[in-house]
Amino acid sequence: MIQRSVEKETKSIVLVGVGGQGILLASEILAQAAMIQGYQVKTNEVHGMAQRGGSVMAQIRYGEEVRSPLVSKKSAHILGALEKVEALRYWEYLRSDGLAAVSSQAIVPVTVSSGSARYPENVEELLARAFPRLVYIDAQKLAVELGDSRAANIMLLGAISRGLDLPLESWEKAIGLCVGERFRDLNLKAFSIGRSRA
Amino acid sequence: MLSGNEAIARGAYEAGVTVGTGYPGTPSTEILENLARYCPEVYCEWSPNEKVAFEVAAGASLAGARSIVTMKHVGLNVAADPLMTLSYISVEGGFVACVADDPGMHSSQNEQDTRNYARFARVPLFEPADSQEARDLLILALSVSEEFKTPAILRTTTRVSHSRSPVELGERVEGKEISFVKNPPRFVPIPVWGRPMRQRVEDRLKELQALAEKSPANRIEWRSKSLGIITSSIAYQYAREVWPEASVLKLGFSYPFPDGLIRQFAGRVDRVLVVEELDPFMEEHVKALGIPCQGREFVPGIMELSVDRLIESRRLLEGKEAAAQEEDPFTDLLPPRPPVLCPGCPHRGIFYALSREDVVVTGDIGCYSLGAFPPLERMDSILCMGAGVSMAHGMEKSGEKRKVVGVVGDSTFFHSGITGLLDIVYNKGHSTIIVLDNRTTAMTGHQDHPGTGRTISGEPTVAVSIEDIGRACGINRVRSIDPYQLDDAREAIKEELAALEPSLIVSRAPCPLRERRRVGRMRTIQGEECRSCELCLSLGCPAIEGLDGVMRINQALCAGCGLCEQLCPAGAIISREGA
Repeated sequence: MIQRSVEKETKSIVLVGVGGQGILLASEILAQAAMIQGYQVKTNEVHGMAQRGGSVMAQIRYGEEVRSPLVSKKSAHILGALEKVEALRYWEYLRSDGLAAVSSQAIVPVTVSSGSARYPENVEELLARAFPRLVYIDAQKLAVELGDSRAANIMLLGAISRGLDLPLESWEKAIGLCVGERFRDLNLKAFSIGRSRA
Repeated sequence: MLSGNEAIARGAYEAGVTVGTGYPGTPSTEILENLARYCPEVYCEWSPNEKVAFEVAAGASLAGARSIVTMKHVGLNVAADPLMTLSYISVEGGFVACVADDPGMHSSQNEQDTRNYARFARVPLFEPADSQEARDLLILALSVSEEFKTPAILRTTTRVSHSRSPVELGERVEGKEISFVKNPPRFVPIPVWGRPMRQRVEDRLKELQALAEKSPANRIEWRSKSLGIITSSIAYQYAREVWPEASVLKLGFSYPFPDGLIRQFAGRVDRVLVVEELDPFMEEHVKALGIPCQGREFVPGIMELSVDRLIESRRLLEGKEAAAQEEDPFTDLLPPRPPVLCPGCPHRGIFYALSREDVVVTGDIGCYSLGAFPPLERMDSILCMGAGVSMAHGMEKSGEKRKVVGVVGDSTFFHSGITGLLDIVYNKGHSTIIVLDNRTTAMTGHQDHPGTGRTISGEPTVAVSIEDIGRACGINRVRSIDPYQLDDAREAIKEELAALEPSLIVSRAPCPLRERRRVGRMRTIQGEECRSCELCLSLGCPAIEGLDGVMRINQALCAGCGLCEQLCPAGAIISREGA
């Protein structure tokens, strides 16, 4: 049995990206890791229309007693983003002392390609302005190097795990529970790379 | 750790449910999916629509089976007819309609409050506030239904259905023996027997009210007496965070209203506030009881609630000024990222072909609703399931000068497109109807339907032919096309538009997202050949990225449908070797 931590405050985490990037799996693993640690956990996700290549967000809250499954504005301890513009889109969820972990990837939306909007050229400048505590991780590139670009989500999870009070063994156990046997080793590796780069 | 929907499925299993039916609809879909996947003891089916699903479950209940039927809020509109009279003829085995509302319209065409249907049909209503309650209240709803021989409604919302929280489980208990007992005065509501049923519905409501008064699903949490909050569903969770000091009357068995409990609670607090999502369902009732209370003045009645919105309500309630709107320094600088048709989507080619014609397109509900967005912008209206077909006919009969094309998905066609098609033939219309057949109910997460040849549990079955149905309805011009062959698709649409009789075009290709494979070889743009005409961008494909006149195909996204290659006048787009 893993020793239960004495942390009382409810922790809120927001994970964002583009539909299809694996935000929901990352959210599931995080929730599982917190459950293993003995916390009450609530998560929230959006299905259906919102998933078709649009902007997506998953929210996780854990602590001694959690009521709302939704994260309030300016209350998230961590914002994990798999795409740069998406990090900015949800900036106001993060507390002023919260940590933003951003994958340095840009996915150009159709609205930009069709000429009705622009992808901000100074997106990194904006990110620096929005987030006093900002770390980048080149999750996409590292995942490709590892052999599967789809592991970027777990890479990012590794990066944000540094900012949470959950022990490594809970994370690894959670990955084991949420990921199919075939991809387990790959994802454990991705997690550990992400954790070491943050 | 279960989602609300998984917990409902678990509750159904534990309560001895033997029949589960439904039609997919976000946010309700996973209830039946989970019941079918994990509980082989339970007969489950995706029915063609909610009305059929409701009636199938009702038939099972009359024979004594505990049964549930699942749908989203707008699905209950389709099933409202059997609901209203099942309330009269009564049930035998416990019967619960699990209906999921979508406040905030995350994945719906409207916002409606299912609680009104409980009052409308005079049936008991249960509203869980988390996954544990979703399980517990489904079990309670089944037992109340069976004891009082009434259908019951379990109403969730998106945040209850799709939030995950821990659930304590129990063992399965078996229902009663299945044997239909003939009893026409009970089951046949022709007027002579229907009138006594009408009275019985009112008497039953009084008995249910007495039950709700003492139900553990309705509880008072005493804290400070200066403010008392009456609440239900997910709003309870938000209210507890925003007013941790207030006393709360939390309703889980929320209709018929436990008037005595409400009076007792209101009488012992200085001020009553009703916190509920969507309609002032409880507030109006509390006021009708003559109890002064507040609600809508402070708590918003449209779009979903949240802790943030209730913090604002609290400020107003306490006489403070509204919080100043903070400037958002970033949002205006960001490109919107709405949902789009996926790379490789078979609907894209049809919408592109339609965008070259001067026609009106009446659309329908499904992934293809996304064809209304720029740059395709080839859907001009959406009303409800099946309306893509019937509204085309109405617009044509109005004397509209342009040709009218009705567009409907495969699952939607089986749901309620067929009757519209019949109408076009019967009443001598000329509309061209296109069925976008991607071999699945895609938007809700790829469920099977009567055309796929598989049941909910994956068993092979008859794959009903859309073309055969069209012919049986009396349509002479029925044709199938491959939506990835752009020229053929355009030609077919032109021909059918010119015909002076109704046409049915079935555009058939499986959803690549469901098939989990590419349509063909990935494409790439040879930079030196590209003339930057941007014609490829008019497809609205998320894999084609255009930045400052430079086009490139994102190799992580390209599904290899080849539409862009067919469109490129410069021949700059080619298949990638080996991809």
